[in-house]
Amino acid sequence: MTDASGPSAGPDPTAARAEGLWKVYGAGDTQVVALNDVSVEFGRSRYTAIMGPSGSGKSTLMHCMAALDSATSGRVYVGDTELTSLGDNELTRLRRDKIGFIFQAYNLVPTLTARENITLPIDIAGRKADAEWFDTVVSTVGLGDRLDHKPSELSGGQQQRVACARALVSRPDIVFADEPTGNLDSHSGAEVLGFLRRSVREFGQTIVMVTHDPNAASYSDRVLFLVDGRIVDEMAEPTAERVLERMKGFDPVSRVS
Amino acid sequence: MLRVTLKTLVARKVRLAMSALAIVLGVAFVAGSYVFTDTLDSTFEEIFSDLHGDVIVRPEGSRGLSALVGSDAVDNDTRTVPASVVEQLVELDGARRVDGVVENRSVFVVGSDGRVVSGGGAPGIGANWSDAPNTTGEAPLKITTGRPPAGDGEVVLDARTAELGGYGLGDTVHLVTSAEQAEIEATLVGTATFGESASLAGATLALFETSTAQRLLLAGADAYSTITIAARDGVSQEQLRSEVEAVIPDGLEVKTGAETSNETSDGLREALSFFTTFLLIFAAVALFVGTFLILNTFSILVAQRSQEMALFRALGAGRRQVTRSVLVEAFVVGLLGATVGLVLGLVVAHLLKLAFSAFGLDLGPGGLVVEPRTVAVAYGVGVTVTIAAAYIPARRAAHVSPMAAMRDDIALPQAPRSLHAGLGGVLAIVGAGLLGAGLFLDTPLPTPLVGAGITGVFLGIALLAPVLAAPIVRVVAMGYPRIFGTVGRLARENALRNPRRTAATASALMVGLALVSAMAVIGESTNESIDVAFEDDLTADFVVSNALGQPFSTSVAAGVDGLDGVAQVAQVRWQVGQVAGQDANLAALDPTAFSAAANLDITEGGTALGPEDVLVSSALAGREGVHVGDRLTVGLPAGERRLRVVGVFADNPAVGSEVAISFDTLAAGGISPADSFVYVVTEPDADVAAVRAGLEKLTSALPTVTVKDQAAFTEEQRAPVNRLLSLVYALLGLAVLIAVLGIVNTLALSVMERTREVGLLRAVGMTRRQLRAMVRWESVAIALLGAVLGIALGVVFGVALQSALSDEGLEVLAVPWARLAAFLVLAALVGVLAAVWPARRAAKLDVLRAITTE
Repeated sequence: MTDASGPSAGPDPTAARAEGLWKVYGAGDTQVVALNDVSVEFGRSRYTAIMGPSGSGKSTLMHCMAALDSATSGRVYVGDTELTSLGDNELTRLRRDKIGFIFQAYNLVPTLTARENITLPIDIAGRKADAEWFDTVVSTVGLGDRLDHKPSELSGGQQQRVACARALVSRPDIVFADEPTGNLDSHSGAEVLGFLRRSVREFGQTIVMVTHDPNAASYSDRVLFLVDGRIVDEMAEPTAERVLERMKGFDPVSRVS
Repeated sequence: MLRVTLKTLVARKVRLAMSALAIVLGVAFVAGSYVFTDTLDSTFEEIFSDLHGDVIVRPEGSRGLSALVGSDAVDNDTRTVPASVVEQLVELDGARRVDGVVENRSVFVVGSDGRVVSGGGAPGIGANWSDAPNTTGEAPLKITTGRPPAGDGEVVLDARTAELGGYGLGDTVHLVTSAEQAEIEATLVGTATFGESASLAGATLALFETSTAQRLLLAGADAYSTITIAARDGVSQEQLRSEVEAVIPDGLEVKTGAETSNETSDGLREALSFFTTFLLIFAAVALFVGTFLILNTFSILVAQRSQEMALFRALGAGRRQVTRSVLVEAFVVGLLGATVGLVLGLVVAHLLKLAFSAFGLDLGPGGLVVEPRTVAVAYGVGVTVTIAAAYIPARRAAHVSPMAAMRDDIALPQAPRSLHAGLGGVLAIVGAGLLGAGLFLDTPLPTPLVGAGITGVFLGIALLAPVLAAPIVRVVAMGYPRIFGTVGRLARENALRNPRRTAATASALMVGLALVSAMAVIGESTNESIDVAFEDDLTADFVVSNALGQPFSTSVAAGVDGLDGVAQVAQVRWQVGQVAGQDANLAALDPTAFSAAANLDITEGGTALGPEDVLVSSALAGREGVHVGDRLTVGLPAGERRLRVVGVFADNPAVGSEVAISFDTLAAGGISPADSFVYVVTEPDADVAAVRAGLEKLTSALPTVTVKDQAAFTEEQRAPVNRLLSLVYALLGLAVLIAVLGIVNTLALSVMERTREVGLLRAVGMTRRQLRAMVRWESVAIALLGAVLGIALGVVFGVALQSALSDEGLEVLAVPWARLAAFLVLAALVGVLAAVWPARRAAKLDVLRAITTE
């Protein structure tokens, strides 16, 4: 496996892509199509938001792209690696080395300090953290004096910043964020979103974020709209108002009112 | 409420089954022990009701078969009843038939392979052939093949012995005896069975024609060992007994067949009571350890369901109802556990029976005996223990606030840890006090005090354990992060996460290991004490002894005396008797000869031992308060004697008794001479190898008699201790099994509780292998916590016991460090083993579901 490539490493402008992705649950009458022939590319050093109403398949798409779930058919590439042919150990290694995660519920390990949580993926891999990069990430998220605290001693916003630092510290090819501001108040949420955007601008990080919040989506470079398992639209340089406007068009309740 | 409870039970069946298993094991040992004892009783009654005639005449004070069957005690009582008594008794109106019985209990059959046919300490019975009837009018002895012995040089064996010895009709059978003629060769002319059950409880039987038997076994006297009388029809045993009592001479006693049967089976039962006691100790340990497991399981169940409990409370259920619902659950678990345990108990009893018959103690074809008492005790114990253990969690469940139903994360109300620790500290100290009082003070009830003390210490330490857990786990898992990296650190932190739960889980292993470690310390100290004692006290170069613990012919000592290079021969004869009214082993020896073979350290008086004199050990002198010049009552088969104390000697294992009498005193007591040990001292310039060769040549025809040098002899003396220790290690196995279940239980639950965390770890790149390692090392940390606490407690108990017993021969304290270290390693392996299933479960968790689980 090649070294984790930085923003300028390769000529390939896509960090990850999917081709003809299907995800079907159940069979017969109870069959549910979560992803319906989705093909998508996520540009390198780009901040992409995936939006859509509940049940539109946005989380499923992210899980399939992030090597957490397997698609029914179709292909998924992270960098040059095709995922559908990999076994559990290879997927695990891929997640460890190439992918970063940020979850709605922070998902920090309660027994470890903030510092230990941040270096967890690197420690699991048995590697040493790059001290300079670690300091850069930590100072960017603004956790300097809280590093030796346990998660229970941190506020929600601080916990999510630890989670962000954890996702970035191993310089993954791509970071997937699942509703990262869902559990945060608006102030803390804005901080986290601002930080994610800075990491794209300043460090060339690639980020894919699932959200249903138009305001959060407005921090991204590009918004994909998913309805009933299909990508129905996309928007470059979004603003909260334009996203909200577009979303209204998909929402059956809004349409009637 | 009841229906809800039962539904919950079914839903948690795996976890409850695991906790019920502790009950199952405990009840199985209780039930197995009772069933086995009852089965033994009924077998013995069957055997011995077959054995005896209506009325028996024998020398007064005979101990009958009971003294020997299954016990290590030496009884060489060969007093006889004159043959003239038979003539006298034939005249009685009530007597239908009178037969003289010649009997000796150390006539062993040597198999065609040169080894003694033996039933693990059971006697080798030599007797005269007789078709005298037993109480039911049948002759207990029946010829199955061939014919009865008719003259000199003919023998009949019981069919099983003939088969085991590899002898067929017409073969020459080789026998050894403790009588003057040590070896017998005779032609096998027939085989016989004995009684309806065809079981001799392991004994072997060699039958001779009456005058041959008298010559071989009674030194040719025209006499019998006992006389058996069959009553005429319509004459009861009691009537016949009074008739006989009126005519027999002094020095003989009369017993009915029923009395003798009881006497014999009581003796056997007592000899085997060791096994049932041991089983009951197994049961107690299983149940005690199981209590912790059940307590833990129910605590976990209640914690898991606290939201449900809160909902019940919010919907109007009273505290009592909630408590009761948990207790009903416990009741059902106890009931099921007891039922399965009872069935398993039958299996245990059956296996014991098989094991006994494999050792030669065949208990016959009879089935297992299940008394109603066994069933009642099994259910009583099973249900009571379960409910008692579930009581604390049940109470706690009732204290869940109804408000908790509305909240997401709730913690059960728990007593503050400091309160538990304080209570635990007090309990431990009180327990230690009781233990100390029981061991070191002169109290009337030492055993219950020691038992209560040990239980108190256990409970106290178990309550203290949550406080002790953190520092100990930190120490045992100190190297984890360095050796296993992040996985190690996570494992250590997980073990520390809920000290209360970790401690409760470790408690099961703690109790088991504490008991076993204490026994290991005692065992090692005993062995070491034996070594030191023999090293200090035995100066003989060789010891001739009987591997079966039975006496052997004095002709051996006579032969040894004639060997070149032998300076001194010292004979020691053991005989079971009474000292100051209590059953005790007596030793007969010649102090002068003995002093040459062993250091007989006389602390008071001298060694001039006459026929009216006795030497006593310093322990006995202290206990009975006797001094030189005092009289001591010593009981031998021929009656009690008041012997004069002429000297006090320091306890000496080469004597093997607390009193030493002269050979003359022993003979006057009705015991024919036969040696238990012959100590051999060589000339200073003798060729030791040649002496050894001479000794071995001398004893080569007597397979029961062996020659050992000092080291080998000491090793042989250690054997009983080592046998006991191996039984104790079986106990360890049981405690370990229950501990494994406890750890499995706790880990499985922890993994379930941490589903989301496990999912996160997998998402950020932890492999399944790493995840399994994490669970495994957490498990090992818990197991090591239990081991450290248990071994430390065990060593303390062991040292306390040793110092309490230091006056009774346990002089040396020896701690078997290597063995204790092995226990620690074993505990770590237990941890690894217990983690297998929970770790697999954790590794199999679907990453996606683990993360999205709410």
